[in-house]
Amino acid sequence: MKVIKIDKKAWAGGLEKSRSGYKLFGPVKEKNKNFGIFKELGEKQMPDLKIETRLSPKSVIYPQSEVMFEYSTDETRDDCNLMKAPEKDCSPRAIIGISPYDAAAFLILKRNFDTPEYKDPYWCNSFEASTFIGIAVNEPDSTDFSTSTKTGPFDTSGLDILLVDTGDDYLAQVVTPKGEKYLKTAGWEVEAGGDAANKIEEMKKAAEAKISSHISFENIKNKSILELYEADFWEDISFACINCGTCTYVCPTCWCFDIQDENKGNKGKRHKNWDSCMFPIFTLHTTGHNPRETKLQRVRQRFMHKLKYFMDKYNDGIMCVGCGRCVRLCPVNIDIRTVCKTMNS
Amino acid sequence: MLEYIDKIKKLSEKLLTEGKVDMIIGFKKGTMPMIHEPCIVKSPSDVNNLVWDSLCTINLANYLTDRKEKIGIIAKGCDSRNIVNHIIENKIKREQLTIIGVPCKGMIDRKKISSMFDQEITEIIEKSDQIIVKGDAFEETLNKQDLLAENCSLCLHRNPVIYDELAGELVEEQKDIDTYKAVNKIEAMDSAEKRSYFEDLLSGCIRCYACKNACPLCYCPTCFVDESRPQWVGKSQNPTDIETFHFLRAYHCAGRCTDCGSCVQACPMGIDVRAFTKKLEKDCFNLYGWEAGLSVDQPPPLSTFRPDDPEDFIK
Repeated sequence: MKVIKIDKKAWAGGLEKSRSGYKLFGPVKEKNKNFGIFKELGEKQMPDLKIETRLSPKSVIYPQSEVMFEYSTDETRDDCNLMKAPEKDCSPRAIIGISPYDAAAFLILKRNFDTPEYKDPYWCNSFEASTFIGIAVNEPDSTDFSTSTKTGPFDTSGLDILLVDTGDDYLAQVVTPKGEKYLKTAGWEVEAGGDAANKIEEMKKAAEAKISSHISFENIKNKSILELYEADFWEDISFACINCGTCTYVCPTCWCFDIQDENKGNKGKRHKNWDSCMFPIFTLHTTGHNPRETKLQRVRQRFMHKLKYFMDKYNDGIMCVGCGRCVRLCPVNIDIRTVCKTMNS
Repeated sequence: MLEYIDKIKKLSEKLLTEGKVDMIIGFKKGTMPMIHEPCIVKSPSDVNNLVWDSLCTINLANYLTDRKEKIGIIAKGCDSRNIVNHIIENKIKREQLTIIGVPCKGMIDRKKISSMFDQEITEIIEKSDQIIVKGDAFEETLNKQDLLAENCSLCLHRNPVIYDELAGELVEEQKDIDTYKAVNKIEAMDSAEKRSYFEDLLSGCIRCYACKNACPLCYCPTCFVDESRPQWVGKSQNPTDIETFHFLRAYHCAGRCTDCGSCVQACPMGIDVRAFTKKLEKDCFNLYGWEAGLSVDQPPPLSTFRPDDPEDFIK
């Protein structure tokens, strides 16, 4: 394990230096609020590594609204009906201060956007241009159940660098060559002493021991889809749901989108916008038929997708990294951990 | 107030056992320290799952819309006014309901409490007028009065306006409340300040529609934001579209909003959605002397007219 030691006094300087090769993104405190959002860091702006990130960092790779292309239907123009992709900046960028499980979530998203049959160029170009610099979670809170979902507060599976805050300094565990390249550009090249790897391992165990929330889905794996689908507990589970998009929008692993054209006169843009299976018109057909007309059908769909269909299809755990955002932010306290327990019983 | 739950449970059990209702709509204990989950209870043996305390914020009238069963519903002041609205607007029939009215001295604002502490809050203990807030490494006792949701601190209708049973003695209504203080402050701003204020207010909106969906008034089969033939509002993050959603929704609530605060409690981005609706409430009060949801016999001002309605907007 290669570990670089970054003295906190050298942190700001290194970040500045890295701007010569990378655009920087990180958590920024929202004005008048006590939480942060991942944004591009302005000149001299520093990432806030301690603040709660309300929305997941997925919006850096996969923005809530993106212009796919522009067009004109004016027949007097040479470019009539031609789809023109907008100028999109895919220069290298570093996403700093992402939690290890939010980074692992990108690997889940990748299953949808980067497949052998089809690659979504908007998502893939952004993802490939990004270097993920994570910050280990030393003090997981009560809604963090990441160790149950094949990731954890110190997991490196989605990261290029894992930063561990030891108090006076950051220990930067180099995970990939991309990570190594970033550290070099930032001028952080002093290798940490021999016991750094042990220290990280120790801190990892301590953080994992602090995780108080656990879920299990072994039985869900073994039950048939129909058994779960036709179970009688969905009425109780879905009652409180108000079918807003909060859970899907804050979730780092949700990927559904809607494509819409917006025209004015004979000019237009095609947008790709986040969509939510919770919304009543999510499955509305042009015929007027809606296979998920009722709240129960939609709520069932969400949890079946997250905890059953995904697991069956990819054989790689559930479609959740245990970040806890949906649990903290659901306006009516529908808790995926409780639903999982019910489905698993 | 903490005794109310015993009476609520007894009443619920009686109503279910006697078959007077098919279900009770109330709250069950949440999985997080500062929130409870709305639930249905169908069996008398399950009434012990019900809870009632100062964290029962979300408006339960929202769950009545277009239901066909006989329902026992637990309703505080604002909830009961929305039930009146629902009856007037044909979203539920009076005969379907057995209303367990709960006098209310206000609900506490979990977001306000979270922002007061750096560390995670692991437990809330309510003791009459005080709230004990606990974390892993701290414990503080605060006055409930200081933690109330803003709409609760301004509430003029704490007692249910319609009920079949009462879970406790009626409480004294608040007096001398400057209800429109926040609205007046915005009204006093000049155009540029107002524009800036509303831009800031909505800058975090992610159009999750938690505000709209938590609101009992928003029950249109197809909301205007979802209309597609023609499309009225865009679905991207264009600020004009975001503003259109909020302003237009507020207008649809004019004369109907009871200031229950569910919109603010539901918003994951901490937007003060009431800044819009409170202004419309003030206008209806000033123009028509109207307060929403006080009586099933009076149609709301925007669905009727009186010869002496103000006409100074006709120039």
